[in-house]
Amino acid sequence: MATFVDRYPEEASVVKASLVVSFVALGIGALFGLVQALHRTGYFRVIDSVDYYTVLTGHGVLLALVFTIFFLVGLFTWAVVQSLERPLPDIRLTWAWFGLTTTGAVFVAVAILAGFVPSIDMSADVLYTFYAPLQAHPLFYVGLAMFIVGTWLAGADWFLAYRDWRGDNPDERIPLQTFMVLTTMLMWYLSTIGVAVSTVFFLIPWSFGIVETVNPLLTRTLFWFFGHPVVYFWLMPAYLMWYTVMPKLAGGRLFSDPLARVVFVLFLLLSTPVGIHHQYLDPGIAEGFKFIAMTNTMFLLLPSLLTAFTVVASVEHGARQRGGEGYIKWLGALPWRDPAFTGMALAGALFAAGGFSGMINAGMNINYLIHNTLWVPGHFHLTVGTAVALTMMAGSYWLVPQLTGKRLYSRPIGLLQVVLWFVGMVFMSNAMHRAGLVGIPRRTAEPQYQSFDFSAVIGTVGELRAQIALGGFLLFVSVVLFLFNLLLSAFEEPIENPVDDSLPAPLSGASGSPVVLDNLRLWTAIAIVLVILAYTLPLASIVGDAGLFGNVPGVPVWVSANAEVTIEALTEVIA
Amino acid sequence: MEIHDYEKFWLGAALLLIVGFIATVSYGAVGAGVEMIDDDGGTVDPQALGDHPKFGDPGVYQSGPNEYDVYVVAQQFAFRPGTAEPIRVPAHSTVTFHVTSADVIHGFEVVGTNANTMAIPGQVATFTVEVDGPKTYGLLCNEYCGSAHHAMEGSMEVVPEDEFNATGGA
Repeated sequence: MATFVDRYPEEASVVKASLVVSFVALGIGALFGLVQALHRTGYFRVIDSVDYYTVLTGHGVLLALVFTIFFLVGLFTWAVVQSLERPLPDIRLTWAWFGLTTTGAVFVAVAILAGFVPSIDMSADVLYTFYAPLQAHPLFYVGLAMFIVGTWLAGADWFLAYRDWRGDNPDERIPLQTFMVLTTMLMWYLSTIGVAVSTVFFLIPWSFGIVETVNPLLTRTLFWFFGHPVVYFWLMPAYLMWYTVMPKLAGGRLFSDPLARVVFVLFLLLSTPVGIHHQYLDPGIAEGFKFIAMTNTMFLLLPSLLTAFTVVASVEHGARQRGGEGYIKWLGALPWRDPAFTGMALAGALFAAGGFSGMINAGMNINYLIHNTLWVPGHFHLTVGTAVALTMMAGSYWLVPQLTGKRLYSRPIGLLQVVLWFVGMVFMSNAMHRAGLVGIPRRTAEPQYQSFDFSAVIGTVGELRAQIALGGFLLFVSVVLFLFNLLLSAFEEPIENPVDDSLPAPLSGASGSPVVLDNLRLWTAIAIVLVILAYTLPLASIVGDAGLFGNVPGVPVWVSANAEVTIEALTEVIA
Repeated sequence: MEIHDYEKFWLGAALLLIVGFIATVSYGAVGAGVEMIDDDGGTVDPQALGDHPKFGDPGVYQSGPNEYDVYVVAQQFAFRPGTAEPIRVPAHSTVTFHVTSADVIHGFEVVGTNANTMAIPGQVATFTVEVDGPKTYGLLCNEYCGSAHHAMEGSMEVVPEDEFNATGGA
């Protein structure tokens, strides 16, 4: 059978275009990551500490939003088309959402990068979380809104494709990959309401000066309404590949289709009513609401723990099909020379570690010790930075040949690349976790202070810094190898079957599972009820405190750029 | 729906783990009395902190025989008190912090302890800690607050009881 690009050439073009945007963002974001790792550890400094926050904002936004989400829209387009086995209903709509999303991302990037050029009166050094009343240039918020609306239209595109398919197949179960895409998008529609309301109704008018003030706790809470579910928006493409692609790469098939559906339904239900767990330390939110968010968060462990079981069981099945035996020895029968498989397996292994540090974050009392310390980026570099990013890179080695009809330039380089990522991340994230435990803060250009030192519990702070710098360097090298491997692949000649793109049916198929699992209306309704229960009272209380539009004026980051003077003045005060 | 025996076992173990976590956190709050940052600090007008009876003159106020209130204003890029002069409290006392911000969102972290809160303009974060023997602690802002965020630091000195003088109010 011909590969994806031969069957659906127009869709393949959109997927390819999405991945190109994604990988450009990955390249720039990775460079910024290297600059930060070397700067804050003091090994090599190419920028002023004031510009560190421009780099940090660029790193966060380009990697966490642009790289991940453009990969997601590409992957989901591929998944919907190939699992429904039909082209998208109207390719013009597809290009329209791609255009809108890309324009939005470019606006955001321009607003951020302009921060490097003092002569341009523009900056968006507000970090990935853009907490008001720090105020970015309006272009940042406008680009963000366009980007979000673009993803909404992409979802509409996939739902329309599903509707057409349903018309032709009234009694069939939703194909698993499409089911995963649709439940993920329902979660996304629900959760982006928070950031869309915050951006469109409050931040855009405020950044243009139409309204004077803002309610910082309100926009912050709306951010986290979206800011935790977006974590699952990053993760779901990785899950889609772990469930449907990885077992095949391992030589087997998915263990259980019904449980995969249960997992995605649980994510739809539980992803959104948990955002307040990022606000355990915020005044103005009563302890009871925090407790509700904590309880939901703990139950959200369930789908990830179920995934751990199903994915490992599927991979083990694959190994045994390949002749693997014994309790542990079957691991040796897996295709460790295949970069796509090895990358995903290593990503899964580090995700387990990230899951454990996430449980610490979720515990509302022990969270006090690590809140806003380096522990937190240590945690999410294991989850989004490895589970998601490494799975996306590894998956590309299998996916991109289907989109281009060309073989991968080098599998050994691919293998080296995924292993380097794993090793780099082990150095960097373990050091970050340990640094967090002794109180070293995140998000700072100068973690050394005038009047006190940090003391490491085991080892030294110097050793932790060395590990972070080394890890950051290896991660950067890994991205460079990844991008070059793909770039050189583009110059290969097209061949008949560049990759085996068939996906075997699961061991336990969908037919044995209750039909109610496919009732998307029901799950959406329950998800909405849970959100209303978790958020109505805290939001009412926050609005009651200071009103919808608040009483705090903006502090534009591009006007108060005279930070050198401020620092000097401050140093005198301290001295 | 076919659920494999091992799958059922795993599901049960996962639920047990989750319920266990919720139980330990609940015990921490009720049994061990780990107090959360709550909404009981109330609100304040961030543009008129100068008129506030306590935030207008932030510092350490004695509130009982061995109890003290510390009012702290965080502002780009210093703590008052904390940065220009240390926060000074007597050893072996009960100290309630009241922290707010005059401009943007800041963090307030006594390094190496769980005295850690967000300082949000318009909101007052209130929390109580038991202070041990004399020691100097570092104090830092752990939420990005602008271009000189990394310079926002201070200290908290726990001094022997007989060397202590309250700085705030009369």
